[in-house]
Amino acid sequence: MAKILKKERLSENTVKMVLEAPLIAEKRKAGQFVVLRINEQGERIPLTIANADKDAGTITIIFMEVGKTTSLLGTLKEGDNIMDLAGPLGNPTHIEKLGTVVCVGGGVGIAPMYPITEAMKKAGNRVITIIGAKNKDSLIMEEEMKSVSDEFLICTDDGSYGTKGFVTQVLEDVIKRGEKIDVVVAIGPVVMMKAVSKVTRPHNIKTIVSLNSIMVDATGMCGGCRVSIGGVSKFACVEGPEFDGHEVDFDELMTRQSAYGKQEHESMQCFLRDKK
Amino acid sequence: MEVKDRMKIPRQKMPEQDPKARGKNFDEVPYGYDENTAVTEAQRCLKCKKPPCVEGCPVEIDIPGFIVCIENKDFDGAIRKIKETNGLPAVCGRVCPQEDQCEVRCVVGKKGDPVAIGRLERFAADYERNKGNVFIPEIPKSTGKRIAVVGSGPAGLTAAGDLRLMGHDVTVMEALHKEGGVLVYGIPEFRLPKAIVKAEVDYLGKLGVKFISNYIVGKTRTVDELLEEYDAVFLGTGAGLPLFLNIPGENLIGVYSANEYLTRSNLMKAYLFPEYDTPIVRGKNVAVFGGGNVAMDSARTALRLGADNSYIIYRRSRVEMPARNEEIHHAEEEGINFQLLTNPIRFIGDDKGRVKGVECLRMELGEPDDSGRKRPVPIKGSEFVIEIDTAVVAIGNSPNPLVPATTPGLDTSKRGTIIADEETGLTSREGVFAGGDIVTGAATVILAMGAGKKAARAINEYVMKK
Ligand SMILES: Cc1cc2nc3c(=O)[nH]c(=O)nc-3n(C[C@H](O)[C@H](O)[C@H](O)COP(=O)(O)OP(=O)(O)OC[C@H]3O[C@@H](n4cnc5c(N)ncnc54)[C@H](O)[C@@H]3O)c2cc1C
Ligand SMILES: Cc1cc2nc3c(=O)[nH]c(=O)nc-3n(C[C@H](O)[C@H](O)[C@H](O)COP(=O)(O)OP(=O)(O)OC[C@H]3O[C@@H](n4cnc5c(N)ncnc54)[C@H](O)[C@@H]3O)c2cc1C
Ligand code: SF4
Ligand code: FES
Repeated sequence: MAKILKKERLSENTVKMVLEAPLIAEKRKAGQFVVLRINEQGERIPLTIANADKDAGTITIIFMEVGKTTSLLGTLKEGDNIMDLAGPLGNPTHIEKLGTVVCVGGGVGIAPMYPITEAMKKAGNRVITIIGAKNKDSLIMEEEMKSVSDEFLICTDDGSYGTKGFVTQVLEDVIKRGEKIDVVVAIGPVVMMKAVSKVTRPHNIKTIVSLNSIMVDATGMCGGCRVSIGGVSKFACVEGPEFDGHEVDFDELMTRQSAYGKQEHESMQCFLRDKK
Repeated sequence: MEVKDRMKIPRQKMPEQDPKARGKNFDEVPYGYDENTAVTEAQRCLKCKKPPCVEGCPVEIDIPGFIVCIENKDFDGAIRKIKETNGLPAVCGRVCPQEDQCEVRCVVGKKGDPVAIGRLERFAADYERNKGNVFIPEIPKSTGKRIAVVGSGPAGLTAAGDLRLMGHDVTVMEALHKEGGVLVYGIPEFRLPKAIVKAEVDYLGKLGVKFISNYIVGKTRTVDELLEEYDAVFLGTGAGLPLFLNIPGENLIGVYSANEYLTRSNLMKAYLFPEYDTPIVRGKNVAVFGGGNVAMDSARTALRLGADNSYIIYRRSRVEMPARNEEIHHAEEEGINFQLLTNPIRFIGDDKGRVKGVECLRMELGEPDDSGRKRPVPIKGSEFVIEIDTAVVAIGNSPNPLVPATTPGLDTSKRGTIIADEETGLTSREGVFAGGDIVTGAATVILAMGAGKKAARAINEYVMKK
């Protein structure tokens, strides 16, 4: 059982929550996630640990309301309890002093990008951050990201804030400036991570992406989260979630993510009906 | 009653749900014996002086001892006798491979059908549970020793119960949100109702065993960290790593590991979607690969989820199938389509990335292989395609690597199993014991329980000397 201590709406459909989870707070490292289940009928879903406070015994999650479970989670209030919370799961990001690191966050992917950016900065890297969203209103965590970056770039699809265009265009401009980039870390929608990997490949820039395949147990028991990496099946929950972007079969990942489209829609309809 | 009169009584049938009806629901298939039938069956037992059946039982239940209680209608006495050595009788009475263990050695079975030991065990356990007042034995004075049990499958539950009855302070850590291991996430409701597993777990709770769910050893805390707080650690983490066929198309939508398919259906109750949130593909034509209990469970689950055709695709013949006879028999009755001596070579997908067929080869049996079973050999040119929309790979599990990977100095075999002494469960790390599928590789409930029992004895000795 995990109590919701704080809840804050960051944008129309993005919510931040601080949860009471002392065991997880003490252990977690950047790049790791939790699995939660809201109630007895609930699905198990993974969410990245966006931040943690060891002393207070809390973790922060930031999620986008995309379907039944995240929407239901968004209706919970401070003081409510989440029935099950397990973690920290997945391998932590490999953090070391590499030189110049470009951190690319798209949409709600900015949330999991934050602890990694922070850790990369702490390790003594020069951090160039690029964040992007559909429009100004859906952009999250601007201040936090800025505070851990040496250079900070923003773009929006509709040009309502920062540069107009995608993060890949901004990334390309940064690469064209000719400075040495040691690694790019990108988290966001799969199409975005695919596009970023495509941009960096011709320049041979090592690119790390965090894969959000559909998970059930997240302990390596079911194999549902498998992704093809360099032609070999890997379990994203225990062997990931981070992989070399140049090795990932993104198309397969996108296909597998759509496996339950019909049921997800049905579930959401039931939720909306019950809410009324 | 004379021996020859006893020998004349036929083995009592267990009433079951009609095969047609049960293919459409998740209710338990056999109803169990009523009191009269149980007494009649108990009369068939000869109460042997040196009972060979007991030698076949990994937890050494006093089989004639409990059967004579049933014959005398002392049903309370029967369950107490069983519980002297077996903490999960309602589970074992349902899923133990009795035909290969106790019943295969039964003297009555030499001339006819053996005594239905498993069904009598189930009867005694159900009698007590249905009555509602479960007998709680007295716990000896606290020893002040704390023991961590990792994993709440049959191995962990048995070790925990026995250690508690020795007066220790026992905490069970479980990675998932529910206790029971394979009993709750793998074996389906129609074979082992979850309420029964819960009752057995609750019983341990009443004895004072503590449970922490959502606790992943190796992640939430390591074994080394547990050793700072506990006097000993028992590892019963099971064989929860699914094996795949490694053929093209295995990542198409609709291709599941049995673990995922069964976990979605059992633990997450996807069969009750959308009342429960977890989805599952409800295929019309489902192919299950494998010939063990796991494959039978998957094929029968597919049928209940609404399949028109549920196939078992197995590369050897019926005699080599590792599943319990009763499971194969139930599957056949329900209309599962057995494609024996058949091996898949690739999955075929549609333009949306969903599986739509599987290409297979017919096989014939050749010379015996390392396992002593005849080796299946492909018949050249016998390729054919079965149209399917769901596939379930049930060809086995290897040990869960999470704990070994995060515990320095814990020796493992080439197969990834933890190396532990067979009699004590002691591993290469002081104070760390292990048992069940994590040591043997995928095996049976009763063997896991046997290992939990032996380890409990050894742990008791170890902590009391410390
Ligand atoms: C390691 C990891 C970390 C993640 N971190 C975050 C995060 O910090 N913030 C955030 O907003 N989202 C995160 N996600 C995605 C999040 O898990 C999904 O948005 C959520 O499961 C959707 O559930 P739903 O019922 O609301 O939507 P649904 O309607 O069920 O699904 C919407 C889409 O979400 C994906 N999805 C559905 N079920 C699952 C599942 N069980 N596991 C993974 N993906 C699923 C599918 O692609 C699906 O099409 C993460 C995913 C992974 C794998
Ligand atoms: C579908 C299916 C059907 C079967 N049918 C039969 C049958 O009819 N008869 C029979 O005798 N046997 C059957 N078996 C086999 C039997 O279930 C297993 O041999 C038995 O459950 C093994 O017990 P165990 O305690 O070793 O492990 P498990 O039952 O696998 O339990 C291990 C537990 O440990 C937990 N765990 C794992 N890692 C960690 C960690 N790091 N931290 C905390 N917890 C952890 C797991 O979540 C799990 O709950 C079947 C198996 C399956 C999969
Ligand atoms: S061997 Fe058969 S007849 Fe003899 S005690 Fe065991 S069950 Fe009874
Ligand atoms: S989610 Fe089950 S193995 Fe990764």
